[in-house]
Amino acid sequence: MSETAVNNGVNVEALLGAREALTEAPEAAQFKWRASCEWKNGTHSHSTVESFFGLGEEQSRTTVFNFDADHPEVFASEDNGATPVEYVLVGLASCLTAGVAAVAQHREIQLNSVVATLEGGMDIQGILGIDGDVRNGFDGIKVSFKIDADADDDDIKALVAQSQKRSAVYDIITNPTNVIVEVN
Amino acid sequence: MIIGAGHAGLAMSRCLADRSIDHVVLERGDVANSWKTERWDSLRLLTPNWQSRLPDFSYEGDDPDGYRTMPEVIDFLDGYAQTISAPVEAQTTATSVRANDSGYRVGTDQGEWQCKTLVMAMGACNIPNVPKLADAVPAGITSVTPMDYRNPDQIEDGGVLVVGASATGTQIGDELHRSGRPVTLAVGEHIRAPRLYRGRDIEWWMDVAGVHDERYDEIDDINRARRVPSLQLAGSPERRMLDLNALTDIGVKLCGRFVGINDGKAQFSGSLANQCDLSDLKMGRLLNTFDEWAAENGIDDEVDASHRFDATRIEASPPLGLDFAKSGIKTILWATGYRPDYSWLDVDVFDRKGNVRHVGGIVDAPGLYLMGLQFLRRRKSALIDGAADDARDLSTHLAAYLDENAAVAGS
Repeated sequence: MSETAVNNGVNVEALLGAREALTEAPEAAQFKWRASCEWKNGTHSHSTVESFFGLGEEQSRTTVFNFDADHPEVFASEDNGATPVEYVLVGLASCLTAGVAAVAQHREIQLNSVVATLEGGMDIQGILGIDGDVRNGFDGIKVSFKIDADADDDDIKALVAQSQKRSAVYDIITNPTNVIVEVN
Repeated sequence: MIIGAGHAGLAMSRCLADRSIDHVVLERGDVANSWKTERWDSLRLLTPNWQSRLPDFSYEGDDPDGYRTMPEVIDFLDGYAQTISAPVEAQTTATSVRANDSGYRVGTDQGEWQCKTLVMAMGACNIPNVPKLADAVPAGITSVTPMDYRNPDQIEDGGVLVVGASATGTQIGDELHRSGRPVTLAVGEHIRAPRLYRGRDIEWWMDVAGVHDERYDEIDDINRARRVPSLQLAGSPERRMLDLNALTDIGVKLCGRFVGINDGKAQFSGSLANQCDLSDLKMGRLLNTFDEWAAENGIDDEVDASHRFDATRIEASPPLGLDFAKSGIKTILWATGYRPDYSWLDVDVFDRKGNVRHVGGIVDAPGLYLMGLQFLRRRKSALIDGAADDARDLSTHLAAYLDENAAVAGS
């Protein structure tokens, strides 16, 4: 192990402290994540992310995050933003990557660079209603990590495996979730 | 008082007798009751014969590397109970335990007992841990738990979905598939382990390298260690490795964790690849530990050469769903673990998950002790071989507690 302290910019002490505190107070662990979305024109929409609920109270941020979604020109759209399914890839990639950093910090592995490349396969006969046997969503997602870290190959593989084990988005994608959509 | 006349309760009985502490061992059935009444026919112990070392009693036969059948386990424990003249009250079921000024009042179906201290040694496998999901299983599909399972003859012809890929699920899945009932195995977290490594039993390696002796107060996250599933092992005369690759080789179909039932269809997690990666990596780390130990202790020449096993093979796109009606599945076998039964314990010692609060078997109530649970005091605590050290430690604590109480009472 190197003499200098490992620093991946993750405050593991704070995370471990939170883990301990929330073990004692599980009700504070109940979070609600939110987004809102407004239709612009055609397939173009504008979403914002701001407040969330957690640690027993409403939490606010100083910044509102904005996301434009649209479809590319081959779908006869204006390409004002990434497609919604690409946002799903972004969500998975960023969740796994954050996990790699956190696990590496906890295991005292210095990361030098981490790059994830994702590809989701899709047969669009599903969304176009051409073939009822084809699902709408991805038929599979491939994630490739390129990681430069001060650790051997198996330790790096273990970082990526543990990151999947603890990832919220990985869980959301790999396991069923009830979705209730209302119209008010 | 000790509740349970299995290996843990008997080991404690021996240690208390050594200290001349008066006690009885309550047993709802006869000695080794769970082994007699709650195990399937073909099961053999996962640990080799030499490894069942109880206080003042161990294996003396001519097959130290063999794995006991259930009748042999029962004989072994019966022999121990007789050798140590354990004061067993058989056919006596504890129905309630309450704390009072002089210790604990124990209600049984044979009358009441009063004791100063109480050791709960009923084991960790009293109730099959069947997930809520089982409630949604469509009509026409039979659910079976490993506690009710005896042999393939009792299972309807047709496909079987085995849920869980630890020792129980892989062994029963193997047996059912070989009986002509096509098995689909839902695989969640599991701990892959070779039966033999470098020509020696994995239990030998865990024993000599000190892995089994790791203590609850020495490891990083004891709560997590206590939840780790059992090693994916089988005790067969051929000493074969029964991992997912071996099951794939005979035609068992692997899919991810069983996570839902929707519209008559089973839903499986898309996480199979990672579950297998995690397990392969974990096994690699364990084998590294053994290699390091062998090198440090200069025994590289006494064992076979170091090697690694092929990665777990899975399909490129394992099934995410299964239509019960179309697939021909008739039975679901829930190899999803067990939990202890504390329904009779009326003492305020439970955490919010219903587990008893304890530190290394010393329960959060004076004079109350636990034995035989996963990683209670050491990694080996749930093994027959783990009972001796735990019984010595806990009987020392118990004796000190009685002395202290006697001193207070006498002052």
